[in-house]
Amino acid sequence: MTFLLFAEQMLNGLQFGIMLFLMAAGLTLVFGVMGLINLAHGSLYMIGAFAAAAVAGATGSFTLALIASLAAAAAAGALIELTVIRRLYKRDHLDQVLATFALILILSEGTRWVFGSFPLYLDVPSYLSGPVMLPGGIQYPLYRLYIIGAGLLLAVGLFALIARTRIGIQIRAGEADREMIAALGVDISRLYTLVFALGAALAGLAGALVGAIQSVQVGMGEPVLILAFVVIVIGGIGSIKGALVGALLVGMTDTMGGVLLPRVFALFMDPSAATTVGASLGSMLIYILMAVVLIMRPSGLYGST
Amino acid sequence: MKLTKLAMLATTALLAAGAAMAESKVKVGMITTLSGGGAGLGIDARDGFMLALKLSGSDAVEVVIEDDQRKPEIAVQLADKLIQAENVDVMTGIIWSNLAMAVVPSAVAQDKIYLSLNAGPSALAGKGCHPNYFNVAWQNDNLHEAAGAYAAKAGYSKTFILAPNYPAGTDALTGFKRFYKGAPAGEIYTTLGQTDYAAEIAQIRASGADSVFFFLPGGMGISFMKQYADSGVGLPVVGPAFSFDQGILQAVGAAALGVVNTSQWGKDLDNAANQTFVAAFQQEYGRLPSLYASQGYDTANLLLSAIGKADVSDKNAFRAALKEADFASTRGDFKFGTNNHPIQDIYVREVIQEGDVFTNKIIGVALEDHGDAYAAKCKM
Repeated sequence: MTFLLFAEQMLNGLQFGIMLFLMAAGLTLVFGVMGLINLAHGSLYMIGAFAAAAVAGATGSFTLALIASLAAAAAAGALIELTVIRRLYKRDHLDQVLATFALILILSEGTRWVFGSFPLYLDVPSYLSGPVMLPGGIQYPLYRLYIIGAGLLLAVGLFALIARTRIGIQIRAGEADREMIAALGVDISRLYTLVFALGAALAGLAGALVGAIQSVQVGMGEPVLILAFVVIVIGGIGSIKGALVGALLVGMTDTMGGVLLPRVFALFMDPSAATTVGASLGSMLIYILMAVVLIMRPSGLYGST
Repeated sequence: MKLTKLAMLATTALLAAGAAMAESKVKVGMITTLSGGGAGLGIDARDGFMLALKLSGSDAVEVVIEDDQRKPEIAVQLADKLIQAENVDVMTGIIWSNLAMAVVPSAVAQDKIYLSLNAGPSALAGKGCHPNYFNVAWQNDNLHEAAGAYAAKAGYSKTFILAPNYPAGTDALTGFKRFYKGAPAGEIYTTLGQTDYAAEIAQIRASGADSVFFFLPGGMGISFMKQYADSGVGLPVVGPAFSFDQGILQAVGAAALGVVNTSQWGKDLDNAANQTFVAAFQQEYGRLPSLYASQGYDTANLLLSAIGKADVSDKNAFRAALKEADFASTRGDFKFGTNNHPIQDIYVREVIQEGDVFTNKIIGVALEDHGDAYAAKCKM
């Protein structure tokens, strides 16, 4: 394995991790603050991608498309919170899972109803397309660098929001003791709607950013949702810092494992068997990672209690 | 208690009457994917099938359509319902090989005719072949074999090959290597449903390959092509038609231009049946047909041709009539081999742009009168 290949794969792992963070941040906030398991988080990711594809198709502007994805997902999130999720806070987790699973089905078929069954077109804008030369002779797609940059900026912004603003204090307080902050006069239901919409907006933006290099289609959110759950379990449920570390860990493990394992097996197996075994084990690696983390720290890396 | 019995009796009588009335018609049960990921394929196949029935003007066929949601367990339930409650004569429609493997063997064992309009798993072409099972599309390996033959003819000697890690994926790479000369520069099995191919593309770049072959159906192919075009690797790409069919080309966009892919059908094939089909499909549905639509259309026409020759209640005569394949296929020449799988030409197509629509143009023939590698293992 050459240095160039290794460096490129590190960047790929980083970029994948950043994307996972955008998904996991909303999920972990909602779970931490409201104690709600939201399976429909992946649908918000899909809504963001579809909104971006529709706006990019109509206006041709990628920036507008990203704004549309944020707005559409936040609006959808707020609407869902007001109409459905609000009734679930006092219920147990099984009811929440059932109701949000129903939301997945409704949102998926609703999206198909509006946009049709065929994948939509959303492409990287011309000023971000194509590869660039990095120091050391690494050739890397500019758009992926853009994703890394945008994701890191958002992560910094989110940390600032949580640590430095009044809303952030309320969110942290909500995580620690729901009843107490309600007693202190904070409008808890407005805070919940806000947190849910914020998480939805992040998921929607992730959907739009990724949609440009993948396919915008119904059901695109569910595979990512599973990974996002792995991330927040590893990072510790409710912790934004945990979500960031967990996301980077999962991104790196998945990318490097898929590349390195077949090579390791090729040392003592015949090549085609090594690729098959390596690929299978590579896709299991993040779950093994999760199991190991849970054995060492049952509440995740940064989980409370 | 008495009342319930009476109600049941009445229902049974009504059901029997319904069955008696339907006897003059051939009842077709279609199980296909109409919702969830991959619904575009099922919808195209269904639309092609129904178009052929409509154009024929015949009212000899009654179709019951069910949605399997791409889930094997649901497909099995629907098949039971169609066989036991609806009492269909002929079944068709399944898109995915894993669903076909769950449904077809038991359906044909219950003496139903099954006409496959898409899936062609090797297990049903070789040892598991059955007189009641007809495949009107292709055996799964066929288009990949053609891609291998094309790569060899084009002088590629270091092709990098990749496919998802599931049975149809391993079949694809095996099929490709069957007609390909030389050793692949690299061989990767990706995760099924994977959407990010940055790691694989980096390996292609580092491998020193002279071309790339991939089998990534549906959304996976869209993701791969967009990311590949953006990576600047720039090696020529060869693939089966599944990643470049009409339904997804618009989503891939300019990234697919110039890609060579293999298919048993193309919308520009010059025969009367195809011209009628392409024009009628566009008029009826307002979009260009895909290869799945052509397969649905051919399947319905095959069925109609057999209905014209034999009564469906005489299974032997009906099977013989199907085997003759006496219908005007959109692919031109079409006949069945000994294992009831197609013997047909497989073409090489190139992705082009017509106005603002991306589509395929046939540029040559990869394999002529091509059967499949499993026919010899079929004992019927």
